[in-house]
Amino acid sequence: MADTKVMLMQGNTAVVEGAIAAGVRFYGGYPITPSTEIAEGMAKRLPMVGGKFMQTEDEIAGLGTVIGASLGGLKAMTATSGPGFSLKQEMIGLACNAEVPCVIVDVQRVGPSTGQPTSPSQGDVMQTKWGTHGDHWVIVVSPSSVPECFTLTQRAVALAETYRVPVIMLMDEIVGHMRERIEIPVSYDDVPQVNRARPTCPPEEYLAYRAGESGVPEMADFGSGYRWHVSGLVHDDTGFPKSSGKATMEAENRLRGKIMNHRDEIIQVERHMLDDAEFAIIAFGGAARTAYDAVEMARARGLKVGLLRPITIWPFATHEVRELARSVKGILVHELNCGQYVISVKAAVGGACPVDLYAKYDNESATPEEMLAEIEKAMKGDGLI
Amino acid sequence: MKEALVEKYFRAGHLPHLWCPGCGNGTVLGAIVTAIDNRGIDKNDVAFISGIGCSSRSSGYVDFNTANTVHGRALPIATGLKMANPKLNVIVASGDGDCSAIGGNHLIHAARRNVDLTLIVFNNSIYGMTGGQYSPLTPVGSRATTAPYLTIEPAFDILDLARAAGATFTARATSYHVPLLTSVIEKGIAHKGFSVIEAVTACPTNFGRQNKIAAPALMMAWQRDHAVMKAKWDTMTDAEREGKFPVGVLSERNDVKEYTEAYDEIIRRAQGVSA
Ligand SMILES: Cc1ncc(C[n+]2csc(CCOP(=O)(O)OP(=O)(O)O)c2C)c(N)n1
Ligand code: SF4
Repeated sequence: MADTKVMLMQGNTAVVEGAIAAGVRFYGGYPITPSTEIAEGMAKRLPMVGGKFMQTEDEIAGLGTVIGASLGGLKAMTATSGPGFSLKQEMIGLACNAEVPCVIVDVQRVGPSTGQPTSPSQGDVMQTKWGTHGDHWVIVVSPSSVPECFTLTQRAVALAETYRVPVIMLMDEIVGHMRERIEIPVSYDDVPQVNRARPTCPPEEYLAYRAGESGVPEMADFGSGYRWHVSGLVHDDTGFPKSSGKATMEAENRLRGKIMNHRDEIIQVERHMLDDAEFAIIAFGGAARTAYDAVEMARARGLKVGLLRPITIWPFATHEVRELARSVKGILVHELNCGQYVISVKAAVGGACPVDLYAKYDNESATPEEMLAEIEKAMKGDGLI
Repeated sequence: MKEALVEKYFRAGHLPHLWCPGCGNGTVLGAIVTAIDNRGIDKNDVAFISGIGCSSRSSGYVDFNTANTVHGRALPIATGLKMANPKLNVIVASGDGDCSAIGGNHLIHAARRNVDLTLIVFNNSIYGMTGGQYSPLTPVGSRATTAPYLTIEPAFDILDLARAAGATFTARATSYHVPLLTSVIEKGIAHKGFSVIEAVTACPTNFGRQNKIAAPALMMAWQRDHAVMKAKWDTMTDAEREGKFPVGVLSERNDVKEYTEAYDEIIRRAQGVSA
């Protein structure tokens, strides 16, 4: 095992370190609370490892430079918060359609608009899924702790590279600004690197969007001798625009398939105290932190409560939630918004058990006591106590 | 344009192009390709990035590393690419609306940074692709589908704008003055820093028709009669300049460090290596 060091680190800084460890060598972005420490950290760390940082004129340009750098062959990322995330949506669509790997960190604040810049919220859950126009498939992951900021950023980069898709790291102010103990390698030299598949065929045989079994085409760096065309227009496997209805369907089917056919590799959930549970909480990101304590308090009172913590938010953990609904007698979804993720939970559960919502949108995360009270209320309502 | 150049640089199977008869875009693209050929740059070392518009369709026709991106924002993408691989010769194609309206902010910041990109502005004075709405470069008093009572907004001089923002090379030519256009593009590519070349071109379909100069030949004659070589322009009085515009290399300076080279200095500083 490589030498490690133990540190007290902020979540946003752990994202920076995770990115450097994963081989990210370009960052373009615009400062915004509560994500700014990521830009500041990247400005400092990237040139140390020969990478490049740009503070762009706005968030749109931030993702634009990231897309350009990724076409040039670098692992690239940006970070922002709600207002900037809104601005990035058109570029996210380009990255989806042209299949340009990139990571976008969204450290959420209360919204809409300027909202509450320094208060925790999870109000961007649906925007990460449906933010850009048109049907599209992205991967969204959400860390709950500082150590997970480090590991999940690496995973986000790996997913982006593997599936040639924008990966959104959905954070909240709690996790972004919290300081925790973290153990990280002293040197990142031995951190395994996941890189996009690059073509090995002779350039004249390269069809930029021809995908094999995996559904993910090989991607050549611009300037590497494979000349190809990137387009946001619907295109066929040559990469050139095609206007037929059939071409649209084939393109959409492949973009969906390359993600959904790998859902088992992409979707991660943490199952905490669920083996004997009668009742489950579903919570993610900063909101899940309260749930660990609440589960413990409920257990102390003899209530068989467990936690399902989605780490991959999109694509939705349909099978995992459906399976959970068959093993418990009630579910409480806790999120720091008026109720977004719960919509998909209900759709997956499909009436197999009651689903309640503990929505919190008063700028504060819940206390374990508040959450326990909600658990008891829901369990009573479901006739479990 | 020579047949051999078409063969060498245009993608087989993607011609004929989608542009209208009499459109100047093909002429401008021909000049770009000729300039690249004259500079003897390997096709693999050229990236050609465009926004969205009729003119931006050009990226699909040429056999380089190409991208047809989003409206107005080819420059940030080109900048990121150049940062990733400074050895690439990055050409950016943009319409007048693409680069001066929706992409105006990216234009001034690319100029300010002095990134080594060659921006070709296809200025047809109108939004061609969407059917003839006015752009920030449409001359005041023109008719457009969104200006049925004629435009009242003064137009930008895109090169003055770029120069004021920091562009270190600016030049203008027209689709009538093809050798001049080719030569200024060639110089722009050779220039190390942010180069802007305004290619005044004709959209007979959407500008000409609305403004009673629909015949492509008339539009070419207009370019011929209103363009003045820079050397002569410098000797003219304001009254003589009225309604005319200068062509040729309008400015070039070499005292500003190019951005990707300047960035290498940051890397040296961060790594504690003295310059
Ligand atoms: C965000 C966005 N807004 C609007 C459009 C619609 N649109 C496409 S091209 C264009 C203007 C094209 O004019 P110009 O840039 O001058 O290029 P031309 O077609 O004349 O070459 C517009 C408004 C778009 N594609 N994207
Ligand atoms: S609409 Fe105008 S700019 Fe577009 S192809 Fe036709 S002539 Fe050219």
